[in-house]
Amino acid sequence: MRPFEYSRAQSVGEARTLGGRYIAGGTNLLDLMKLEVETPEQLVDITRLPLNEIKETEDGGLKIGALVTNSVLAADERIRRDYEVLSRALLAGASGQLRNKASTGGNLLQRTRCGYFYETSRRCNKREPGSGCDAIGGFNRIHAILGQSSNCIATHPSDMAVAMMALDAVVETQQADGHEREIPLKDFYRLPGDTPHIENELKEGELIVNIRLPKPKSGYHVYRKVRDRASYAFALVSVAAIIKTDGNTITEASLAFGGLAHKPWRDPKIEEMLVGQGPRRKLFEDAADALLAEAQGQGENDFKIPLARRTLISVLAEATQGA
Amino acid sequence: MNVTLSINGRYHTLDIDPRTSLLDACRDHLALTGSKKGCDHGQCGACTMLVNGRRINSCLTLAVMHENDTITTVEGLGTAENLHPMQAAFVEHDGYQCGYCTPGQIVSAVGMLGEIGDGWPSHVTKDIKTGTELSGDEIRERMSGNLCRCSAYPNIVDAIETAAGKTKEPA
Repeated sequence: MRPFEYSRAQSVGEARTLGGRYIAGGTNLLDLMKLEVETPEQLVDITRLPLNEIKETEDGGLKIGALVTNSVLAADERIRRDYEVLSRALLAGASGQLRNKASTGGNLLQRTRCGYFYETSRRCNKREPGSGCDAIGGFNRIHAILGQSSNCIATHPSDMAVAMMALDAVVETQQADGHEREIPLKDFYRLPGDTPHIENELKEGELIVNIRLPKPKSGYHVYRKVRDRASYAFALVSVAAIIKTDGNTITEASLAFGGLAHKPWRDPKIEEMLVGQGPRRKLFEDAADALLAEAQGQGENDFKIPLARRTLISVLAEATQGA
Repeated sequence: MNVTLSINGRYHTLDIDPRTSLLDACRDHLALTGSKKGCDHGQCGACTMLVNGRRINSCLTLAVMHENDTITTVEGLGTAENLHPMQAAFVEHDGYQCGYCTPGQIVSAVGMLGEIGDGWPSHVTKDIKTGTELSGDEIRERMSGNLCRCSAYPNIVDAIETAAGKTKEPA
C-alpha cells in the first residue's frame, strides 16, 4: 500500500475542508489500496460524522444517513416493512462481516470487480485512462451486455444500488464549497463511453450525506439474484422488481437490473409495456425481449442474455401470481 | 501516528503507520495472534473481530480508525481454562481440521448469534417482516463470510447450534 496522510473529520464542513479521499467503511477502498489500484495521498476518515440515522421525511419517505451500515439498513423495521426489495437486495450482498462495515454511501460508490481493473499488470481504461481494455477479448464472463463501450465492458457490482434504482432514490450531497445538491439515482451513474474512469456525477471533494427514498411503493417486492454460489458472490444477473396489480391488470411496475451494465440498469419502456396489461407469459417475454434488444455479449458472457431474459420472465410471473 | 485501542478490556497506545490494518496492529504490535491472516482482502473471514459488538473483517479496516471503539478478539472470548461456550462447542463437535480459520469462525459465530438475537433477517429468512429463528440454513447463510478449506462445515454448523442452546437430533 502506498503511504498516505490520515485525518479524521468531526463535521461535514471539516471533512470538506480537509481535502482528500473520503473513507467510511473502507471495505472496497482499502482492498483496492492494498493492490495499489487506488493510491490516495490523503485519507479523510468520515466515520465520526453524524450521518448514521434513518429518519422519516415529511413526504412519507425515509432519509438514510450515508454512514448507516448495510446491515443496520437491511434490518431496519421500516425498510423491511415498506421497502422490502431494498432489504432483500442488501441481504443478498457480501457477507455478514462486510455488511457490518460497509456504508450506504460507500456501497453506491464501490468499484467494479472486473479482474483487469484489479490486476495492475493488465490494461484497463478505468484504472489508467487510455491504456486499453484487456477484458475485451479476455476473461469476461461477469461483464456487461448493455451500455458498454469499446473502452470498457465492466459492470457495477452493487445489489443495494439496483434496489434503490427501482425505488427512485435520491442522493443528497455537499459539494466542496458547501453547496448542497440532490441527484436522482437514475442520473447519478454514467455509462463508460470514452471516460470509464468517471463513474458518477460527483465532483472533486463532493460528499454523499444522505440517500433519500420517496414514500413507499406498494405492491409485490422481490429481489432475484442469480450468481455462481448460493451466498457471498456477486450477481451475474439480478432483478429488483416492485409490481402492483389490481384485479387482473398490472397497475404499477418498477424494475431495475444488476450485473448487466456499468450502472444499475433501468429501462422505463419495459415498465410502460407492462402497465395496463393483464399478466401473461407472452407479455413477459415481449418485455424481456425489449429489455435485451440491444444486448451484446463479449463471448464468455453471452449466456447472460438468455439468463437475463429468463430471470425477468420468472420474476414477473412470481410478482403477478394470484393477479 | 498514535492511536489508543481498547482490546479485550485493556487499553493499548500504539505508534503505528496509518496503513496498519486492525489485524496487523493486533498480530504484529500486540502479540494477539489468535486472529489469523488468510486472504487479507475480506474474502475468507479468518481475521474476524468484534468491534462494538459487531463482527467485521479486521484486515479491511485501519487501526487508526478505531480510537474509542471496543474491540474483542478471540483471546477476549475465553481462556484455555475457561472456554467461551462457542469455543467449547467447537471442541465438542470437532468443528475444525487444520484450525487456521477457527478463531475467525468462532468470533464470527458469536457475532452472528448476536445479530439473530437482535432480530436481524438474512437472505434465507422467509418472511423478513416478522422475526427470524436459528436453523441450519440460517447458520450456513450467515456464516458464508467464513471459509474453511478443510471443509469442516457440517461440524461447524453443529457446534454453533449447540452453542446457541439448540441440541441437534442424532442422525
